[in-house]
Parts: sequence; structure tokens; C-alpha cells
Amino acid sequence: MRFSTPGCATHETGAGSGPWELAVIEQQAQSPLLPGGSPADFSGGEVFESGRSTWRSMVEVFTSNRLAVLGLGIIVFFILFCWVGPIFYHTNQVQTDLFSANQGPSLSHLLGTDNVGYDTLGRLMAGGQTSLIVGVAAALLGTTMGVVWGAIAGYLGGIADAVMMRLVDALLAIPALFLLLFLASVVTPSVPLMIFIIAFVAWLVPARLVRAETLTLREREYVQAVRMMGGTGVRTVLRHIIPNTVGTIVVNATFQVADAILILAYLSYLGLGVPPPASNWGEMLSGGVNYVFAGYWWLIWPAGFCIVASVVAFNFVGDALRDAFEVRLQRR
Amino acid sequence: MTRYLIGRVLQALVVLFGVSVVVFGMLHILPGGPARAVLGPKATLVAIHTFEREYGLLKPLPVQYFDWLGQVFRGNLGFSYKLNQSVDTLLAANLPRTVALVGTAAVLAIMIALPLGVYQAVRRNKLDDYALTGASFLFYSMPTFLLGLILILLFTTVLGWFPANGPTGEVPLWDQLANMVLPIATLCLVTIALFSRYMRSATLENLVQDYVRTAQSKGVSPRRVLFVHVLRNALLPIVTLIGLSLPGILSGALVTESLFNYPGIGYLFWQAAQTDDFPVEIGVTLVVAVGVVLGSLLADILYAVLDPRVRYS
Repeated sequence: MRFSTPGCATHETGAGSGPWELAVIEQQAQSPLLPGGSPADFSGGEVFESGRSTWRSMVEVFTSNRLAVLGLGIIVFFILFCWVGPIFYHTNQVQTDLFSANQGPSLSHLLGTDNVGYDTLGRLMAGGQTSLIVGVAAALLGTTMGVVWGAIAGYLGGIADAVMMRLVDALLAIPALFLLLFLASVVTPSVPLMIFIIAFVAWLVPARLVRAETLTLREREYVQAVRMMGGTGVRTVLRHIIPNTVGTIVVNATFQVADAILILAYLSYLGLGVPPPASNWGEMLSGGVNYVFAGYWWLIWPAGFCIVASVVAFNFVGDALRDAFEVRLQRR
Repeated sequence: MTRYLIGRVLQALVVLFGVSVVVFGMLHILPGGPARAVLGPKATLVAIHTFEREYGLLKPLPVQYFDWLGQVFRGNLGFSYKLNQSVDTLLAANLPRTVALVGTAAVLAIMIALPLGVYQAVRRNKLDDYALTGASFLFYSMPTFLLGLILILLFTTVLGWFPANGPTGEVPLWDQLANMVLPIATLCLVTIALFSRYMRSATLENLVQDYVRTAQSKGVSPRRVLFVHVLRNALLPIVTLIGLSLPGILSGALVTESLFNYPGIGYLFWQAAQTDDFPVEIGVTLVVAVGVVLGSLLADILYAVLDPRVRYS
């Protein structure tokens, strides 16, 4: 760990920023591939002590975590359910059918109907598409914005950094839901706008994380070498700094997806989600809440299950990715 | 210590300035500007112009900002045209109730989560640790309103112990403690899930430190190692964590208050967001953000008092 090779990040960059020794100890019980903190052997340019690639050991650590595999399985299931499901289970999700509203599960409606007669199972598929698209897109957009912002602030340093990061601090001081509700009340929400609104809150944390890493990366010899060779600031940031923060970015983006799905549910519950006939799991759940005392369980628990399961799944995957990237950092 | 304190307070002041700029900016991203927001979509251009001249909205933005800031410092947070009351009055009535809710839930959560986290760390990778970790994952991943709903179903519909509606604003809170139970429990459970996970890893992190081995080889009893040596070190980062999680708890309070119709500032804000009552939205946002900044400042100062390493570095 004392050596730092060009293009490599050691753990001191603080990617996980967590108790990494702890992670090693816990991992050792499950996977035998982690050496007990022995330094990398630098002989003849060979970085790794075994022939195994970093990528492969990351995959192994990830798959040895059973919760991560479960999480990945749940995510794949929901993607199939939402996009392949409607091919086999045709329902009308555009026209309401008030004559068959609030029916219990039957052969024609496997999970019953809601208060305007939409088939609940079909609506779970259609709404799931919105929830997952908004979740992933908002996380991607927010993370991209945050990464660029944080890398620029960290790279420039000085006053620019101070101003840019104090803005992040100020926005973070406003609790996310207050900011989101305000934004959602100003505009008339649609799916693309919803993605922008959620991304507007989601970019703050990655900006902070990436900025902190950039501060250490900036002082590395290889970054200074790029500068000396005449590399522009843009090139240094895009080609040399951001790629080295990828671990932090990927892990954080995974958690952001989980958060975005929850946020969409909150906004829908608070009445400022995407207007009908578009739907999402959160909107279905909040619609079902009105019928809790009527005993229409099929309006509440299926949607609630979908939200909790998908959020848990993304959190599991994020946790495992963090462990996997810590392996990468340790092996370098 | 003094230098650290001064630096930290200055930083908080800068962030407060940033907060005020952001909140002031919120006034001006309203569609059609503040005048349109107050007078409504049917107002004539003449009415809009008169309103803007009356309230100084035609001046340059920096001038407007300092005018606005001056009003805020004099304790004037605006006027709700929808509720026909000043935002100050609304806040004075609702803020204490939110403080009661958030404060009680946070204190209870700390009292439960910290021992729970230590217990999980000691029993790590055993069945009960897995069960508790699973439970905290579940609570953490569940929308707060769903959790509240489950509590209502369990304690109101099935057991009939507590009423499903929160307290009303008409009577003092201590006369309706039964109505407070479910809102506090909802917010508390979410917070426990968050804190116990951190406490577990903070304890685990310290259990592998050299000083633990030293203490053990000196012959210190395991109980003493855990509760005196490890616990004191593990508690330190929790102080920061509590400061950092204040925004999250307040977001949770907003949802909890809207589920139980609890008359706090979260509920007030929610109502305002639905009726486009922008002065209330902006006033509440400002107060909440200032609270968060002061809360994290307090946590950092407390941390410096508790941990001498911060003071001398």
C-alpha cells in the first residue's frame, strides 16, 4: 500500500469512506481471496501477486455476497415483470371502467381492480416502468451532474471551489422533501420533469464525494505529469480524474436509484407526483391508502411490496458493490 | 479549540448566507414571478405591475435581496394570502409541535438504536444480528407513510390501543398524548433503522483496533473493554451522524405529519405546497434550513468538545 502506481488509487482516497478494515474482516469469513493485508508485490511490473485480474476478484467478491445476488435477481425480475409481463398479461391501462371498480381478485383480474377500474396487476407493470425509469434516469442524471460539479470544484480549488461547494452545502441544508415539494408545486409535473426535479436534489451528495476524491487525485504525480505535458484542464478532469473516482460514483449511483424510487413514491403520496393516466408504484400505494379501512388489501400490499423490494434490492447491490470496489482498491 | 470554533462558526455563517440566497432565489423562480404567484393567473398586467411597484419588485435583484434579508432579520417572514395570517404567526403555532415530534422521536431513537447497534456488533454474523440487520434494511427501504399505515393497522384497527389521527392544534399537546404515540413511533422506527446500522459498524470498527487488544492483554474484563473503551470511541462519530441526519429526519417528519394530520410545520408546508401558498413554503423552508445548519454546527462543536484530536489538529 505504500506504493502508488500511475492511474491507481489507494484506499487513502477514501472511496468507501467507511470502516474498510471491517469489511476485510467480514469478507475473510466468506471469501478466501483476500490476502491479510500483505502489500502488493512489485516485481517486473507485475502488480498482482496472483494471475487473477482485479475485475475477476471484484466479481467474485460481489457474487460471494448472497444478498447482492438476491438483490440483482430481484432487479432482473422487476425488469422482466414490467416490460415482458404486459406482453403476456394484456390489460387496458388507458380507459377507466367504473362498472368494475374496486373488485377483489378474480380470474379476469388476478389482483383485482382499483377505484376507477384499472386492473391492479397490469397497473403494477405499467407503473413499475415509470418507477424504474424515473429511478434510474434521475440517479444517472443527478450523478452525472454531481460528478462534473465535484470534479471541477476539486480541480479548480481556491475561491471557485469554495463558492461551488458552499452552494452544495446550502442546498443540502434544506431537507430534500421540502425542496422537492416546492419544485413540484412550482411546475406541473410530467415524467421527464420529475426526473429533472429528483436529479436536482440527487446531485448534491455525489458532488461532495467526488470533490473530496478529486482533492487528493489532483496532487498525484500522474495528474501533474498530464499538466506538464500540456494536457488541458478539461482533459485532465474528464480523462484522468473522473475515471479514477468510478468506484465512488457507481456505488453512490446505485443508492441514488433506491432513493429516487422512494422519493417518487413520497411525491406521489403527497399529491405532487405524475398526473394520471400515468402511474407509478408510489401513486398506486397512496391511492390504496384511502381504502385501508375498506379492506381492499390488493390496492395496498402489492404496490407496497414492489417499492420495498426494489429499494431493498438496489441497497443490497450498492452495499456489495462498495465491498467489491474496496477489493479493487486494496489489490492495487 | 478557539480557532476551530471560530472557523466552524464562520463556515456556518457562509452556509447560512448561501441558504438565504437559495431561498430568495426560490421566490424568483416562481412562474411569472412573486406577483403572479400572489395575485393568481387571472390578474391583469396593470394589477401585476402595481403590485410589483408596491412591493419593490421592480428594483434590481441585489437590492431586493437585501430588502428581503432586512425584513427576515426583523422577524418578518411574509404573509400568507391563502390563510390570511402572517407566516410568523403560523410558524409560532406549528414549530413547537414539530420540535416536540422530532425531538422525542430522535431522543427515543438514540436511546434504542445505540444499545441495539452495540448488541449487533457483539453478536455479529449470528442469527439475531442478521434478523436485526434485515429489519433495519426493511424499515429503511420502506416509504414512511407505508410504515405509519402498518402501525395504524396494527395498533388502531387490530389492537385498538392508540387513535389513528394525530393531535389537533386546538388543545395543548400534553392533553392528547395518546394521539402522539403513533406519529412518534413512525418517525422513531425509521431513525432507529438508520442509527443502529451506523452504531453497529462504528462498534465493529473499534473492536479491531490495537487499543482493544492492549486492553484485553492487560487483563481488562471483556465487559469493561466493550462498555468503557470501545463504546466511548464508537459514540464519537454518532454525534456527527445525528447532526448530519437532521435533514433526513425532518423530511421524514413532513411525511409523518401529513399521514397523521399532525399540525406541525411539515404539515403546514405540505398544505401550502398543494394550495400554491408560496410565502408559507418559503418561510418554512428558511426556518427548517437554518435549523439544520445550526444543528450540524452544534453537533460539530459537541464533537470537538468530546474528541481532543479535533481540537489540536
